[in-house]
Amino acid sequence: MSIRIALAGNPNSGKTTLFNILTGSNQYVGNWPGVTVEKKEGTLKGNPDVIIQDLPGIYSLSPYSPEEVVTRRYLVTEHPDAILNIVDGTNIERNLYLTTQLMELGYPVVIAINMMDLVRKNGDRIDLEKLGKAMGCTVVEISALKNEGCLEAAEAAVSLAQNHTHGDMPHIFSGSVEHALAHIEESIEGMVDPVALRWFAIKVFERDSRVRDELKLDTNLLAHLQQHIADCEWEMDDDAESIIADQRYGFIAKVMEKAVQKKMAKHGLSLSDKIDRIVTDRVLALPIFAAVMFLMYAIAMGSFPFSIGTIGTDWANDVLFGQWVPSLFDRILTGLGVSGWVYGLVMDGILAGVGAVLGFVPQILVLMFLLSILEDVGYMSRVAFIMDRILRKFGLSGKSIIPMLVATGCGVPGILASRTIEQERDRKITVITTGFIPCGAKMPIIGLFAGAVFGNSPLVALSAFFIGVAAVMVSGVILKKFKPLAGKPAPFVMELPAYHIPSARNVLRSTGNRGWDYVKRATTIILLSSIVLWFLQSYGFVDGVFGAVEDKNSSLLAFLGNLLAWVFYPLGWMGDMGWKATVATITGLIAKEEVVMTMGTLYNYAGELSETGNEIWSMVAADFGPVRAYSFLIFNLLCAPCFAAMGAIRREMNNGKWTAFAIGYMCVFAYAISMIVYQIGGLFTGEAAFGLLTLAAWAVLGGLVWLMMRKGAGKE
Amino acid sequence: MKTLKDARVGDTLVVTRVNGEGAVRRRIMDMGITKNVEIFVRKMAPLGDPMELNLRGYELSLRKADAEMIEVQ
Repeated sequence: MSIRIALAGNPNSGKTTLFNILTGSNQYVGNWPGVTVEKKEGTLKGNPDVIIQDLPGIYSLSPYSPEEVVTRRYLVTEHPDAILNIVDGTNIERNLYLTTQLMELGYPVVIAINMMDLVRKNGDRIDLEKLGKAMGCTVVEISALKNEGCLEAAEAAVSLAQNHTHGDMPHIFSGSVEHALAHIEESIEGMVDPVALRWFAIKVFERDSRVRDELKLDTNLLAHLQQHIADCEWEMDDDAESIIADQRYGFIAKVMEKAVQKKMAKHGLSLSDKIDRIVTDRVLALPIFAAVMFLMYAIAMGSFPFSIGTIGTDWANDVLFGQWVPSLFDRILTGLGVSGWVYGLVMDGILAGVGAVLGFVPQILVLMFLLSILEDVGYMSRVAFIMDRILRKFGLSGKSIIPMLVATGCGVPGILASRTIEQERDRKITVITTGFIPCGAKMPIIGLFAGAVFGNSPLVALSAFFIGVAAVMVSGVILKKFKPLAGKPAPFVMELPAYHIPSARNVLRSTGNRGWDYVKRATTIILLSSIVLWFLQSYGFVDGVFGAVEDKNSSLLAFLGNLLAWVFYPLGWMGDMGWKATVATITGLIAKEEVVMTMGTLYNYAGELSETGNEIWSMVAADFGPVRAYSFLIFNLLCAPCFAAMGAIRREMNNGKWTAFAIGYMCVFAYAISMIVYQIGGLFTGEAAFGLLTLAAWAVLGGLVWLMMRKGAGKE
Repeated sequence: MKTLKDARVGDTLVVTRVNGEGAVRRRIMDMGITKNVEIFVRKMAPLGDPMELNLRGYELSLRKADAEMIEVQ
C-alpha cells in the first residue's frame, strides 16, 4: 500500500523547492479538475511507495480562491495519510495560521520549519520542542535551499502515517466558542468523516457556504445551530468569521511567546527592508526598474558584446541551422537516395520551419533565466507593488507585469504566468491582452519591414513595442467596462517576501519549463504545419493539371490567398501583394516566424533566407508602400497569436466561450487599428484614396473612442 | 472614525474592526489583519498607492481601496 503525504504551506514558504528536493525528477504535473491550478505529485526519492502530493500555496482554508477550494476538497475527500506542513521560520506567525487549520482536519501533521539558517542569522530563536508541545504535533527544522533535513522531514511524516499518530488538538478557542462548537459537533456527527469532525464544526460555525451546502443541513437544525452561533456572536460582539480568525491569531501569539524569541526590535530594519528602502523608494523605484529591464533585455536580446542570448541565437541560425543540420540531412537524404519531393519536403519544409523557431531558443532561454532569477529573488513582487497604481487604471493588476514581461520572450509562458493573479477580472484581461506584447517571434517581421521599407530605422521596432503596450492599455480600458468582466471582487493583498538568494534548482526548473513551452511548438504544431505549408506552396494546378509547380503564383497557397484577400482590402492589402500578405498572415497563425519565411517563398527566393529576410527587401519594398507596410505590420503584431498561444489562452480561460472571445477580440482590434492606419494615414501620404472606406475608418476610430469613454458596467 | 487608508507613513496603529464582506474581508483577516493587531505603515508605493505595511513580522502590500475597510486607532 502506498502512503500519501500532502505537502501544504503558504506561498513563498519554500514549498516548491522542498517538493523538488523530495521528488527529484519523479514528478507528474497536471491540473486540478475544473480549475487552472497546477497539480503536482511525485514519489519520494528513494522510496517509491510514498507519494508526495503538492498542494497549492495558500494562506488559509477559506472557501474563496480556487487554490483554497482545491486544497480543501483534496484534504477532505482524498484522505492523505499525513500532512507535511512547511512553515517559513522567518515569518512564523502568519504561517502558523494555516497550520492551526490543517490540524483540525485530523490527519497526522509534521511541521517543517524552513529557513532556520536565516532565523539564526537574524539572531532569533525558535524552540522546536516547546513549539511542538504547544501546537500538539511533530516539529522538525529544514533548509530547503541548502537541502538540509528535507528527507528527514518527509520520513517523519511517513512514520507518523504508518503509526497513525495524531497529535493532541491544541486549545485554540475560548469557552463560549467551544460551547457552540460542541453543539455543532453533536448535531453533525455521523454526517461527516469522524476525523475531520472538528474542522467541519468550525466551518459550520463560520457560516462557510460551501460546507453548509455539502452537509445539506435541514432548516430546523440550521436554525437551532444558528441560535448558538448568534449567542456566541452576541457575547463576543463580533461576527463568527472574525471571532475564529482573531482567536487563531491570539492562540498563535501565545505560542510565539513560549517558543520564539525575536532579537530585533519591532519594525526594525532587516537587510531586506534596507534593500527595499532603495528599490521601492519614491524617486528611485521607477529608474531602477527601467535599468533592470534594460539590462535584462540587453543581455538576452541586445547587440552588445555581453548579449549572450543574441550570440547564441546568431550561432544557432548561422551555424547550427544554417550549415550543420542542413548538411547533415543533405548527406543522409542523398545517401538514402530519396526522391526529389521527399528531399524538398525535409529540407525546405521541415528543416526551414522548425529551424526558424529553434534558432530563437538561446535568446528565449536567457530571457527566461533572468526573469526566473528576478522572480525567485523576490524582486517581481516589488515590481508589482511599484506598478500596481498604473496598471490598475487599465483593468490590470500589479501582478500583470510578470506575464507581460515573460511575453516579450514568448507569449505562451507569459499567458500561463497570469495564474498568480487573484482578481478574476484582472486575470482575464491579462490573458486577453498579453498576446499584444511583441514576442521574440514577431521580431523578424519587424526586422523585415524596418529593413525593406523604412531604411532600417530603429524607430520601427520601438514603435512596434509601444503599439503593443498601447494596445494592452486601450484594450484594458475597453474591456474592463464589459459587464461579464466585472468579476467577483478580490482585494489586492500581496506579501512582499524577504529577498533571498535564488535557488539554482528553482531558477533552472522554471527556465526549463518556460523554454520548453516554446520549444514544444517547434516539435509538434510547427513540424506539422511546415509540412502542410510546404505542400500547399509546392503544388498546384497548371493548365488544369495538378502537380508540382515552379512558379509560386500558381500554387494552391496562392489560390487560397486570392480567395481570402478581399477580407483585407480595407487594410490596403491589394493588388499583387494582397494575396501574399494574406497568405503570410495565415501562416503567421502557425508561428509568427513563418511570416517572414512565407514572404521569402512567395517572392520566389530560392536560397536560405536570413532571419529578417534581407534577400527579399527590394522586392518587398516594390510591393509595399510605407503605410501599407505599417498596416500589415500592425495587423500581424496584434491579431490572434500563434496556435500555441491560443492553446495557452484556452488553458487559462478554461472555457471555450472566453477563449473564442479573447481570440476574436484580438483579431477585431488588430483589424480596426490597421484599417485606421491605412485609410487615414494613407490619405495624408497619398497611398490611399478618399472614399467610402475612409469614412468607415473614421467611424471605427469614433467607435473605439466611444468604447473607451463610455461608462462602465462594473464599479471601479 | 479613522481607517487605515488615512494612515501616514511611520504610523503605528491598532486595528479595531475589519469591515466589508465575503472574500475581500476574509482574505484581509487571513493575512493577519485582525482585531487588536498592531500595524506599522512602512511606506507608500512611488505613485502613492498601494501601501506597504509591517505586521506580525512580515511585509504586506495593500491597496488603499481595501485599506479603507480597516478601522484603526
